[in-house]
Amino acid sequence: MSGEIRAAFERLKKEGRKAFIPYVTAGDPDLDTTVELVLELERSGSAIVELGIPFSDPLADGPTIQRASERALRHGYRLADYLEGVERIRSRSGIPIVMFSYFNPILQYGLESLARDARMAGVNGLLVTDMTPEEGTEYRACLEAQGVDPIFLAAPTSSTERVLRIVACTRGFVYIISRTGVTGTRDLLSEAIEPTVRRVRAHTDLPVAVGFGISRPEHVRAVWEIAEGAVVGSAIVAEIERQSASGEVVARVGEFCRWLIQPGG
Amino acid sequence: MLPEKSRTAEPPRPDYRGHFGSYGGRFVPETLMEPLAELERAYEAARRDPAFHAELDALFRSYSGRPTPLSPARRLGAHLGLRKVYLKREDLNHTGAHKINNALGQILLARRMNKTRIIAETGAGQHGVATATVAALFGMDCEVYMGTEDMRRQELNVFRMRLLGARVTPVDSGSRTLKDAINEAMRDWVTNVANTHYLLGSVLGAHPYPMMVRDFQSVIGRETRDQVLRTEGRLPDLLVACVGGGSNAMGLFFDFIGDPGVRMIGVEAGGRGSALGEHAARFSGGRPGVLHGTLSYVLQDDNGQIASTHSVSAGLDYPAVGPEHALLHDVGRVEYTTASDAEALEAFQLLSRLEGIIPALESAHAVAELIRISPDLDRNAVVVVNLSGRGDKDVDQVARLIGADLRIGCGREERNSEFRSENSEGTKAGFDVDRA
Repeated sequence: MSGEIRAAFERLKKEGRKAFIPYVTAGDPDLDTTVELVLELERSGSAIVELGIPFSDPLADGPTIQRASERALRHGYRLADYLEGVERIRSRSGIPIVMFSYFNPILQYGLESLARDARMAGVNGLLVTDMTPEEGTEYRACLEAQGVDPIFLAAPTSSTERVLRIVACTRGFVYIISRTGVTGTRDLLSEAIEPTVRRVRAHTDLPVAVGFGISRPEHVRAVWEIAEGAVVGSAIVAEIERQSASGEVVARVGEFCRWLIQPGG
Repeated sequence: MLPEKSRTAEPPRPDYRGHFGSYGGRFVPETLMEPLAELERAYEAARRDPAFHAELDALFRSYSGRPTPLSPARRLGAHLGLRKVYLKREDLNHTGAHKINNALGQILLARRMNKTRIIAETGAGQHGVATATVAALFGMDCEVYMGTEDMRRQELNVFRMRLLGARVTPVDSGSRTLKDAINEAMRDWVTNVANTHYLLGSVLGAHPYPMMVRDFQSVIGRETRDQVLRTEGRLPDLLVACVGGGSNAMGLFFDFIGDPGVRMIGVEAGGRGSALGEHAARFSGGRPGVLHGTLSYVLQDDNGQIASTHSVSAGLDYPAVGPEHALLHDVGRVEYTTASDAEALEAFQLLSRLEGIIPALESAHAVAELIRISPDLDRNAVVVVNLSGRGDKDVDQVARLIGADLRIGCGREERNSEFRSENSEGTKAGFDVDRA
């Protein structure tokens, strides 16, 4: 069984809709809440969920996701605990889940074991921030053997030669970084997106999703004009941070997502 | 200009993807892949360009003061029962450490790539000072990231960088040391990559940095080879260098890798204990992993989270080691060992008293290793210790650690004289390292 991510995009396409793809850091504020959050994200109109696996040295992340990682790490969860969390989600929902991580925790778990256990838990795709096609031969082979989609990033700095390599190694969808820099919210959407999206589209039929800096309804709509999916990370993680003490974090984050994907305006 | 007698065999280079055996490589966010390729192309072009080498050699001579001397350490040798101990005096470089060799090389490259802004990380502050220095020399903007814990330990270097016109940006995340400064520098680079060159300070990070930094530092070993051949008429028997990221050690070792008779020892920080978090001994306490763009030995927990480290020396206080060291370790070409905080502090004082040279606490780890193994060495062995930096930056910290009072006539004479008598025997560590 594989290809759930691609299938989700095809379903949306038939319905004339685009994908809203939220990111949450697993274990922030705790793993039980993460499970409930993902289910609420599905109810709020999400097509796919990205689940961040915390790492001690998140060098591609801005302050918001750094703080979320620190909060999650303080619980001392192991990768196996996060996979168990995915299993709990999977028992109640079929929403495609992309695990989002840095390479070292994956490498230490073991590439083959991880691919197998992730698949068994119900993970559909894996995106590793500091993994590139050049280093990814064994990594990809392990994932593909289990039917987990390897998803690689394309950046505004990626040359055409690199884009070719990236789309050849990617399954599910291509994740396009909207601008150079780390994760984090921005008031304005980068103008670098369109040329990058065009460059990727010229070489693949895979759906494309755009992330980094998308934090307002108008950003989501603008991205949907040119791509099949919009990824929202730091804005949601910041909302989780704000609402964690309220006792209503799950409901509030659901409301926030419905606000992000509101039509018109 | 290469010294005439350099290099008996072509030493190994990494493969085209920057792999040293199974180590090294390029594990970075996609945004940095093209800039790294650009850097690699620029470096390969420069490496083949005689004009580049001529300009770098001229700067080495006229600005940094190279070649640095190879000083016989007669009193230290006599103390240890050895006749031929030499110190490679990288401490006599401009800015006081070997770091300037790499900083000069990279700033020339940055200029060739038309970059206008330089960023760097620093631990002990020596690389930050070297970077701020070359940025001043070439009129470029410079920003240095430094952990707040290291800023506290190395106040003097923070002020030096600011005097040199650099902005020093405190990093208050994680362990607030070198590792976190590198995270922040990489975040800056990934954001400002169009106009910014990341002047990485050690044989770490993604390809081509480990190879390039090694090449710039290899002047240390080339000079040492010539100097030892001139004074002793043969190659050295033993080279000793401290290993944080490992640039001074790679710089000394590289020209001798093809000489099987030359024994090499890299000395890591043993810190204050063997538990994870109490030291920076990557080879005995770590295992292969990925940190900061490269695959090498990394101190980490069972879940692949990077461990915190401890060393009295900020420059060795880092959880990973350069990937070429990992290969040299696995093939057994270089021995890796550790010196504790207490041993380093002891060596720091011993070298000061016996040779009139105050070493950096980093370099004191190499001296400590020589002290430790000296009973097992042939008394005629030709030994070179890399004195990678001078200890002026560490004097305040050492004074605090050994309980000396820097103020004159403050009623601490008794404590100070006690400290002197203990250390005149040259063996007892008469101080409380836990106060680090």
